[in-house]
Amino acid sequence: MSTQPDLLYSEEEEALRAAVRDLLTDHCDPAGVIARTESDTPHDSEAWKALADGMGLAGLLVPEAKGGQGATHREAAVVLEELGRAVAPVPYLTSAVVATEALLACEGVDDLLADLASGRRIGALAVALNVAPGGAYKVVRHENGALHGELTAIADATAADVLLVPADDGGLYAVDAGAATVTPQVSLDLTRPVATVTFDGAAGRLLGDAEPAVRRALRAGAGLLASEQLGLADWALTDTVRYLKDRKQFNRPVGGFQALKHRLAQLWLEVVNLRAAARNAVDALANGESGEEGAVAVAVAQAYAASVAVHAAEEALQLHAGIGMTWEHPIHLYLKRAKADAIAYGTAGAHRAALAELVDLQAP
Amino acid sequence: MTDATELKRRTAELLAAHPPATTDRMDFLKARFDAGLAWVHYPEGLGGLGAPRSLQAVVDAELEAAGAPDNDPRRIGIGLGMAAPTILKYGTEEQKQRFLGPLWVGEEVWCQLFSEPGAGSDLAALGARAVREGDDWVVNGQKVWTSSAHLARWAILIARTDPDVPKHQGITYFLCDMTDPGVEVRPLRQITGEAEFNEVFLTDVRIPDAHRLGEVGDGWRVAQTTLNNERVAIGGMRLPREGGMIGPVSRTWRERPALRTHDLHQRLLKLWVEAEVARLTGERLRQQLVVGQPGPEGAGMKLAFARLNQEISGLEVELLGEEGLLYDDWTMRRPELVDFTGRDAGYRYLRSKGNSIEGGTSEVLLNIVAERVLGLPSEPRTDKDVAWKDLAR
Repeated sequence: MSTQPDLLYSEEEEALRAAVRDLLTDHCDPAGVIARTESDTPHDSEAWKALADGMGLAGLLVPEAKGGQGATHREAAVVLEELGRAVAPVPYLTSAVVATEALLACEGVDDLLADLASGRRIGALAVALNVAPGGAYKVVRHENGALHGELTAIADATAADVLLVPADDGGLYAVDAGAATVTPQVSLDLTRPVATVTFDGAAGRLLGDAEPAVRRALRAGAGLLASEQLGLADWALTDTVRYLKDRKQFNRPVGGFQALKHRLAQLWLEVVNLRAAARNAVDALANGESGEEGAVAVAVAQAYAASVAVHAAEEALQLHAGIGMTWEHPIHLYLKRAKADAIAYGTAGAHRAALAELVDLQAP
Repeated sequence: MTDATELKRRTAELLAAHPPATTDRMDFLKARFDAGLAWVHYPEGLGGLGAPRSLQAVVDAELEAAGAPDNDPRRIGIGLGMAAPTILKYGTEEQKQRFLGPLWVGEEVWCQLFSEPGAGSDLAALGARAVREGDDWVVNGQKVWTSSAHLARWAILIARTDPDVPKHQGITYFLCDMTDPGVEVRPLRQITGEAEFNEVFLTDVRIPDAHRLGEVGDGWRVAQTTLNNERVAIGGMRLPREGGMIGPVSRTWRERPALRTHDLHQRLLKLWVEAEVARLTGERLRQQLVVGQPGPEGAGMKLAFARLNQEISGLEVELLGEEGLLYDDWTMRRPELVDFTGRDAGYRYLRSKGNSIEGGTSEVLLNIVAERVLGLPSEPRTDKDVAWKDLAR
């Protein structure tokens, strides 16, 4: 058993939250995000620049000696809560967390790490978004020093400058996005689209062993995803409460009807629970709990978070009723993100299966 | 300034003057109370030192390490958790001096005479009548769900002193002597077979006006202090992983593979995760309290534990298969302590049904969260301006 986790937010973390929220209020208004989803550039490069260049947030997980900020998963989680609250179309989780963690598991890649940490380049791990930590993933063929093959459901690949690609020789390779063919797939989640990546004799630079790098990257991705789901759920609850205080039917605010109040109170309880689970997971990651305790903390958070985020988005839609069903209202962006997040980095069921092993509650 | 160092010094002084090994338990507890180390956040002379509440842990740890006796807080929970904070806030100097010491050391057990057969969730509709006669109040009525009434020396009591005003305004708060000949305590047998609770019949019980707590007609406000502390007490237990209801069923799962099915496995894992998350939420709430930022999460803890206790114990009965058809013992008993996870799965299943009723039903708690935490409008009130005597019943 580890020592007691710190489940609160520090003053610095709250200050960071306020700064990110301000930035996103300026850059990621709902109408702008909706319009962008149907443009040629679904990712918001302005917002990304402001976060990475302006605030240096892409390098939170990278040590200062390697060009980063030398912060921890606790701070990155606060950023992700705010990005979730805004369903911001920026490759933060995929580049500043997942790709960065993969690089941190390799030796002699300081140049790439520094590029990602500064936000000069965006990285994407070429593993399908639905793969759970420890799950099986597809690899490409490595032949005569070149890569061949096709990988699907690669999140944020269309925004990436460099792809981190696992190959059949057990190596992880860095490939310039220009050397691969990246084809957007029509994605359920409009603000974190996936793409097909095809390699036809692309040159790759060997970074190290794929297995430990991918495992580490996916575990961090899964653990930090819970904070994004928390931010998303918190937005859905807060916005729905606000709307139901305002919306009047039968000569009363709709939020005064007990049937709806109980549903919102129930949802509040779920969000409160998710906050504790998410903080527990990122505190374990920040303390480098790479063993069983860290794995349990991440699996517990991911076994719980998806149902809360999806429930929050679904309740938001139902309780907004007609307006919630329209394309112009942003709820659909949250619902689509929540549902895709429920699959990302392993479903709740996959994480429960992992827990069955970790805490010795074996299947029949 | 009473800081941790000063408290340690005073604790060492107490231990030196009254070595636990050679001091009578009650003598030690009284000496501890007089030294201000009983509840350090209480005022001097009333068992405390006016120190921050968070420093109590310092004293407790020192005393535990020295093998000192405690005041068996589980036996006197109602006194410590509900009567004491209310007496401290609203009591006269005489009342505080008279009652807090014997309460804390456990010489005098307390019970709570609030709920009535006709006033459950709508507690303010209560009908037990108190009528002024000279220096006394004469009380008649029936109270219910009273734990410890058969052991109690004193009770906190709310009764109606003015039926002609709206229900919240005509209530007064009293400290009732349970040895009064007009007090009759009858066990109330519950679905588990045992009787944790009592019905209490009050017939011409005489309470001196000196035992009134707060102003006449101000009893509802005084009772809020009691009720707020009750919910803190119910939701605030600290647990290790698998420390609650999920513990026994997890152990059975591990030890008896023959009972396992795929359906039960999925349900168990889901509940295990929810129990662990609820435990973490409780831990987060405690961390907020320590740094002096009590969050509204407390209101939700009781809701979560009630549902989880019920679902987990229900799963456990199913897991046991043939054994789930049995029950350990239906004999009528009167337990002194209540242990939700005690006895067998059938008991746990039945007892946990009360978790969503006692100390505020889950439905009422959801209203409280919706209105006080989320700020949603309250239901239209039809009883606010109606005299109590004219309410529908």
